Order: sequence, then structure tokens, then C-alpha cells
Amino acid sequence: MAILEVQNIEKHFGATKVLEDISFGLEQGQALAIIGSSGSGKTTLLRCLNFLEKPDHGRILVRGKTLFDADDPATQRESEVRKKRLHFGMVFQSFNLFPQYTALKNVTLAKELLAKEQPGFKSRKKEILAEIEGEGKELLAKMGLSDRAGHYPHQLSGGQQQRVAIARALALHPDILCFDEPTSALDPELTGEVLKVIRSLAEQKTTMIIVTHEMAFARDVADQVIFMDGGLIVEQGDAHQVIEHPQQERTRQFLSRYAD
Amino acid sequence: MFFMSAEFQTVVSALNEGFVKTVQLFLVTLTGALPLGLVISFGSMNRWAPLARPVHWLLRRKAPAGRRPGKLAGALTAFRPIRLICRLLVWIIRGTPLVLQILIIYYVPPLMKVFNWGGGEGGRFTAVAVAFILNYSFYFSEIYRGGIQGVPVGQQEAGQVLGMTKSQIFFQVTLLQMIKRIVPPMSNEIITLVKDTSLARVIALQEVIWMGESFMKGNRGYAGLIWPLFFTAVYYLAFSGIVTILLNRLEKKLSFFR
Repeated sequence: MAILEVQNIEKHFGATKVLEDISFGLEQGQALAIIGSSGSGKTTLLRCLNFLEKPDHGRILVRGKTLFDADDPATQRESEVRKKRLHFGMVFQSFNLFPQYTALKNVTLAKELLAKEQPGFKSRKKEILAEIEGEGKELLAKMGLSDRAGHYPHQLSGGQQQRVAIARALALHPDILCFDEPTSALDPELTGEVLKVIRSLAEQKTTMIIVTHEMAFARDVADQVIFMDGGLIVEQGDAHQVIEHPQQERTRQFLSRYAD
Repeated sequence: MFFMSAEFQTVVSALNEGFVKTVQLFLVTLTGALPLGLVISFGSMNRWAPLARPVHWLLRRKAPAGRRPGKLAGALTAFRPIRLICRLLVWIIRGTPLVLQILIIYYVPPLMKVFNWGGGEGGRFTAVAVAFILNYSFYFSEIYRGGIQGVPVGQQEAGQVLGMTKSQIFFQVTLLQMIKRIVPPMSNEIITLVKDTSLARVIALQEVIWMGESFMKGNRGYAGLIWPLFFTAVYYLAFSGIVTILLNRLEKKLSFFR
């Protein structure tokens, strides 16, 4: 069974149609790359999955369970949306780290807050917090940032900040990790270190959706590719197939700009 | 030596008394207006639009398909009563002199026989404190609003995708960033408050200016002295100096992040 099913998503901003009849599925352990020019709706799609935007039509299912249905207000209750978001992790283009917290605290904050809501937290407080901190340190180590745990975001390079942001998203063990152009705000020298981390996540079979402009990266790391244009899915399929042998004229046009 | 003279000693002890009242008014105003201002700022950012749903519902049922909502529908949808009232009050409070507000608050309730502030110095202090808290909380609310809206939306969104509640996002993410942003404009306003306390003199609250002036007309066996009034400047300078140092310290404390 597919871990994620997106069915007929549609989204308008005022009179502009940003997403039109978007449907796709994703299997556990697969990486999906979404490519397309700016304004094609890629980011809006990710934001819909993370409940940052509300689609006007369509359904979103995770592990066969309906998380969102535009026709069913019961699936849109604020109190539940909060928990549903945890199925998805989100890494933003502009990192959005919390500037007043250290790298480690950025990673552990949300988990600590969730733990505090659990019954029996008070009696095991020290234990639980130590556990969360240990896990946070482990995640930072995985990102190659062990020596940066105590640094504040402004003391880190863009690439380091983005890796902290990835650790922060992973800390909550999302079913599906979303990346919104994770390297677009980085200098070319710094994109490599972030792509390397994402690549290793793919090797560990992390289920991911990556919106990216790095075509070679999408081809090598993703299992599936979706090409979007004007809010529509123009072409989708196997990553190598779509990027190397596109079937649609529009896809070919788009990719030719990246060829040189 | 003049500084050892009985005249100087008497005047200074009177001015000290007045200064205590000045400081009290300052502290009471801050204690009331800092939190109240935050509440008002939330009011001026409130998005509650009670007519949006019914209008949309009507449009969906009655409007011919494909027709765009008109201007009236747009205006009704955008009607946000809480925000409107808060911004109206901001306009009124910022648009009229504080002196006038003190006079109205002190004199109008007794004149209309609504209630009495109570006689003497205590009643005057209460009335003035209410006027100051009201006035300053509306000024502060606009500073807060600027501070909150100045925090990038991405911060809030990062909190949302991490499953935080609205209040967790405000207290754990936004608040400190907002405080850092508002320290400079807030400092300005607080230094102004130090000196504005002298406006309480208009209903004869015996703060430091009133005390200084009293030695012209006659007080504690002295009359026709003009220097005590000028000497009050020393008190204000010392007070605002201390406040400036404290605020600078706060600013430094918050410089660990950007």
C-alpha cells in the first residue's frame, strides 16, 4: 500500500488557479522529486501536504487513512490538523531555524513540547529530557554537526543551518520528509554538503518529497519524478526515464535549459 | 555653603517626596500598560470576521455560477469588528493630548455622578494612573504589533510544521524575537514616560514638578523661590539616566542571537 496518496488536489489563490487536479502516490522508502519552473505550483503542493495551505478540492491519505478531505470539514479541525502535520516533516528553502535557540535546542524543542503534553511526564521529566537531548545530539552527529550543537544559527553557515533544519525535521520521525528547494538559498559551494545529507537519507530509505532545481541530483537520488507546469502535472514516472527521456514537449523544453 | 543650608535641605526633602510619587506613577504605568498593550495589540491584529461565512454561504447558494463576488460582499467579508474597535481606540488615544485625557478621566465621572475617585492625593493618583495606563498601553500596542509582524512568517510556519500549538509558537518562538525587535522603540517610549509623569501636575498630583513649583507660592516656610523648580531637572536626568542604562543592558542581553 502506498504510504501517501494525493487525490485530485486543487488550489486557488483568489481567481488564480495554482494547482489543478494533482494526483500521485508514493511508496514507503521512496524518494520523489518535483521539478518545474518557478510559479508552477511545486511549493504550494508541499505546503498543502503540510497543512500550511488548505486545498479547495481533493484528498490526502497517509497509510490509507484520510488526513484531509476538502468535502469533509471534520478532517479540517484545527485541533487535529496539528497532530496530522506530524506525519510530514518540512525543510524550508530559507531554513527558518529559531534564532534564539542553539542548534541542539532547535532540534529538540518541538519534541520536548510534545513530551510535556504526555501524562506521566512530570514523574520521569529528567529521564525523558535526557533521552530527547541524546537523540538530538545523535541527529546532529549524523548531519556532521557534532561540534556545532551549542552554536546559534547566526554563527553557522547556510549549509550548516540547513543541515540543522533537516535534523530538526527528522527529530519528530515524520512518515514523509518534504524539502522545499533546500539548496536554493545556498552558495554553490555549500549546496554539496546539503545534497550529500539528503542523498544519504535516500540511501537509508527515508520516504521523501524533494522540490528541487538540481536536475542531476533529482535523477540520481529520486525514484520518481514529477514535472509540473502551470499548476498541472505534465509528466510523472521513473526518475531516469523522465529526466533523460521525457515524453512531453513541455518537459523537454524545460530540461533543455538545464542541459548545458 | 548653600548645599548645607536649611533652605536647601528643606527643598530637597520636599522634592524627594515628590520624586517618590513620580517613580510610583512611572512603575504603576509600566506594570499596567506593558501587559495591557500586548492584549490590545492582539485585538488590533484579530482576524475574526463574523460575516465572512454567511456571505460565502449566501454567495454559493444564490449567486449565479461564475459570477465574481462584488464590492459589498468583499466589504462584508472583510468586516472585522474587534480589529476595528481596537484601531479606532488607538486613533482616539493617540490623537488626543494626554493632558486632556487626564482631565477627562479625573473630572468627568464625578461630574456625571457615575463614581468618585475619592478625595485627596490618593484619588488623584488613582485617576492619573488609570489615564497613564490607558494612554501608554495603546502606544505600546502599536509597538508590539510592529514587533510581532516584523518576525518573519517562516518562524511561525516552522513552529506549525513541528506540531506546535498557537500559544507554544507565540511563547517559545515569537515572543523573544519580538522583544528583541521592540527594545529600541520601547526605550524611546519609556524615556518619554519618565518625563510625561510631570503632566500629572495638571490635577495637582504632588509629584516632583508640583513640589518644585510650590516653593514659589510658599511651602514649608519658604516662598518666592524659583530655583527648586529648575532643580527638578536633576531628578529627571538621573532617573532617565538609570532607565537608559537598564534598557541598554536588556538590549545587550538579547544580542546573543540575531
